Formats: sequence, C-alpha cells, structure tokens
Amino acid sequence: MIAPDRLYDLALVFAFCAVSLAQLLAMVRLVIGPDVTDRILALDTMVVDAIGLIVLLGIAQGTEIYFEAALIFAMLGFVSTVAYARFILRGDIIE
Amino acid sequence: MTLTDLIEIVIAVALVIGAVFTLIGSVGLMKLDTAMKRMHAPTKAATLGIGALLMASMIHSFAFGSGSLKEVLIMAFLFVTAPISANFIAKVAIHRGQDVPPPSPPNDQTWSTLNPLDEAIDDPELPTRS
Repeated sequence: MIAPDRLYDLALVFAFCAVSLAQLLAMVRLVIGPDVTDRILALDTMVVDAIGLIVLLGIAQGTEIYFEAALIFAMLGFVSTVAYARFILRGDIIE
Repeated sequence: MTLTDLIEIVIAVALVIGAVFTLIGSVGLMKLDTAMKRMHAPTKAATLGIGALLMASMIHSFAFGSGSLKEVLIMAFLFVTAPISANFIAKVAIHRGQDVPPPSPPNDQTWSTLNPLDEAIDDPELPTRS
C-alpha cells in the first residue's frame, strides 16, 4: 500500500488518515463533552466513523468479508444511541 | 486512458469526497459551541461521507471483484436511521435544558420528554421519573 501501483492508493491513504483523525476528534469530544448529550452524539459519530474505517479496510485489501461487520456496527450503533437517549429521556429503556 | 484508469479515478474521487465530509463532520463536532449546533455536523456531513465511502467500495467491487450491491444495505440503513437518532439526541438536549425551553403544549397535553420546563433547569444532574 506504500508503493502507489494503483491510481487510488494515494486517495486510500488520505481517506484512512482523514477518517482516523475524525475518529480521534470524536473521541476528544466524548471525553471532554460538557454534557451527556455531547457524549451520546460523539459515540454515535464514532460508530459511523468506525463503519467508514471498516469499509476502507475492505477496499484496501480487496475483500468483501468485512461487509457483515460493517452492517452489524451500523445496527448496533443505532440501537445503542436510541437506548442511551431513551434512558436519559424516560429513566428506563423498556417501559 | 483506459477504462480501468477511469474507474480508478472515480474510486479515488469518491474516497476523497467521503473522507473530507467525514472529517468535516468531526471538526464541526469539536468546533461549534452549543449542543444543538454541534448536532448538525456529524449527523449530516458524516453520514454523507460514509455514503460516499460505501459508493467507492461498491464501484471497486464491481470493477475488480465479483460485484455486489450489499453496500446499498448499509447505506440505506444509515440514511434512514441517522435522522431518527438525531431526533432522539435533540430530545435529550431539550430535556437537559441545553436549548431554549419549548413553548407550552396546548391544553392538557404534555411534551414527550419529562417536564422539560421544570426539571431540566432545576436538576440538571440526573433524570428523575415523575
């Protein structure tokens, strides 16, 4: 992946760096977030960025086997965001 | 320029667009100053960025692999659920008093959060069940 034998290898390296930086910024917001609202939002963003990293890994290695992992990340991320939000809103998840 | 070169350029453009939008989403999450403003950046820009990355993956699998439309599944799921989770997070922000309080509900109805007018301002620490 260092030697650019394909035209999009440089774009792939750039995308890895940018999405990793986005992941790190979201993690900083998760740590410093002044309220629980920002922490839920940062966790949601981190899940979305993790899906992006998994997809990029699939492109870099030329395989399709990471697709299921990305799909499960998407579903679990949504369910966990809604569960956190409902817990803050109602004091309970399943009433 | 062959067709392969053209496809690789399209993949590179989609990758760069997706990466830049994802990064903009997180920079906005860091930079904006109130909780309601911070909600804009990741829920819209980052979702669009992931959509572009998945598009690049789909073009790649059609050009160099067996070709699959499975990425559309993730894309559709993300695009459907991102506004829903954003709505829930916005409700949490209103409930925690991070925004101007909502107007009084008509008649005897109540908003779907716990008393947003009283409790969020009196007791910002823990949600209590009324």
